[in-house]
Amino acid sequence: MPKEKFEDALSKLEKIVSTLEEGDIPLEESLKLFEEGIRLSRFCNQKLDEAEKKVEILLKGKNGLLKAHPFDPSASSGQAPLPDLEEEEE
Amino acid sequence: MDLPLRYIMTVSELTREIKDILEDRFPDVWIEGEISNLRIPPSGHIYFTLKDDFSQIRSVLFKMQARTLRFVPEDGLYVIGRGRVSLYEKRGDYQLILESIEPKGMGALQLAFLQLKEKLEREGLFDPALKKPIPMIPQKIGIVTSPTGAVIQDMLHILERRFNNLHILLYPVRVQGEGASSEIAEAIHDFNRFTDVDVMIVGRGGGSIEDLWAFNEEVVARAMDRSKIPIISAVGHETDYTIADFVADLRAPTPSAAAELVVRDKREMKNLLHYLGGRLENQTLQILQEYRTHLSHLKKIFKEPGKRVEEYFLRLDDFFSRLRLLTSWTLERKGEKCLHLSESLLLRNPMQRAKTLRSSILEARRRLEQNVKYSIEIQRQKVGGTLGKLDSLSPLSILKRGYSITRKLPSLQILKDASHVEGGDKVEVRLDKGVLLCGVEKTEEKAKEA
Repeated sequence: MPKEKFEDALSKLEKIVSTLEEGDIPLEESLKLFEEGIRLSRFCNQKLDEAEKKVEILLKGKNGLLKAHPFDPSASSGQAPLPDLEEEEE
Repeated sequence: MDLPLRYIMTVSELTREIKDILEDRFPDVWIEGEISNLRIPPSGHIYFTLKDDFSQIRSVLFKMQARTLRFVPEDGLYVIGRGRVSLYEKRGDYQLILESIEPKGMGALQLAFLQLKEKLEREGLFDPALKKPIPMIPQKIGIVTSPTGAVIQDMLHILERRFNNLHILLYPVRVQGEGASSEIAEAIHDFNRFTDVDVMIVGRGGGSIEDLWAFNEEVVARAMDRSKIPIISAVGHETDYTIADFVADLRAPTPSAAAELVVRDKREMKNLLHYLGGRLENQTLQILQEYRTHLSHLKKIFKEPGKRVEEYFLRLDDFFSRLRLLTSWTLERKGEKCLHLSESLLLRNPMQRAKTLRSSILEARRRLEQNVKYSIEIQRQKVGGTLGKLDSLSPLSILKRGYSITRKLPSLQILKDASHVEGGDKVEVRLDKGVLLCGVEKTEEKAKEA
């Protein structure tokens, strides 16, 4: 199953709400829509909270591969923000 | 006649001398003119003619110098060049060997920008249909910029404020100077190869056109075009437009604006979700309530079926009685009409009529008889009167009183004048009783007074 996208879920949710508001829906259908709406709403909320706060800087090692290191912008505001690559490697 | 000693030069000697003179005289000139007849053979040297309204001069820009050009020379371009005049001995052509040329009226950078822009546009790199959508809630954001300075800090600050749980990957690059463009291009490439960021921001803070130049290089444009990850460009100030801005999926006027564009405010999103959830719930409850109401209505109907049936019976009875009433009333009316009709029919019975007519006839006859009788009586009476009169008038009655009537014979003409007869005529004299036959003896004019 492909990864569900936040914006898709949100627009589905909006559509469900307006469908319900337009009315004239069989009871069973409206309950299904409600269930789906609740699921989408939870999904969206979860997406909003999901990511972990993290700021990293990517540095290329000698082998040409990238490695992520924690990045502190406040500390880097001054000079020489880059960790010394030679030291970092190995 | 003595001629001075003649020195005859060879073509090469003369050409060499002319060449020396030209090269000594014009070792370093500035010149402006319009490029025409431009051609670049495989050698890589650029040949063209510089011309103005009246003259033209062959020119060449050797490969070494041509490589440093920021723009592509083309026909019709008006340039300012610097170089020396030389002569190509083999052909005896003199030409201008240029060290550098610059487009006249605008900087080389500006021209290069326009040329690259036109080229990429023609190739379709700016096609709006190719722009990838920027995800609404990116889980991971890549940033390609300088790790130093205020720009990255501002961006991180804004991202943090709007959305407090983002994963941000910074790819540090030089953003100006030699090699910056290839670093930027490589960073874009690496993000695509090695990471799973949902979107990336590529940019730097403001500066001169030279400072921003890396973002006008083709290598950056190509890398952006190849990227599968959506890219937000964020170069310089709001008024700066770079090639990168045109190729990017979204242009942010500044790096800070890019940070604002890339994520919505988390609280806003939460509010929207809360709002939608509320509407969802309310609406569903309302729908349930509607169904409940409908259900209870239906229940009411089915609760007392007997009553319903009774009601129907009552209505049925009502219908019947009305029907009956209506029927009898109709019949009555029809009967009445029938009676009326037969009466009038009876009245029009021909026997009856005959009888009536007969009595009328009798009556008429009776009255006729009466009239006739009366009329006869009247006539009779009238006749009676008349007879009396008649009687008195009758000559016969006069005879009774002694008069007589004399008529001549044989004509029986009544005689009133004696002259009508003469002696010897026979006359008849009628008396009251009987007749006398007489002969006339004599006539006299006048009767003798007796």
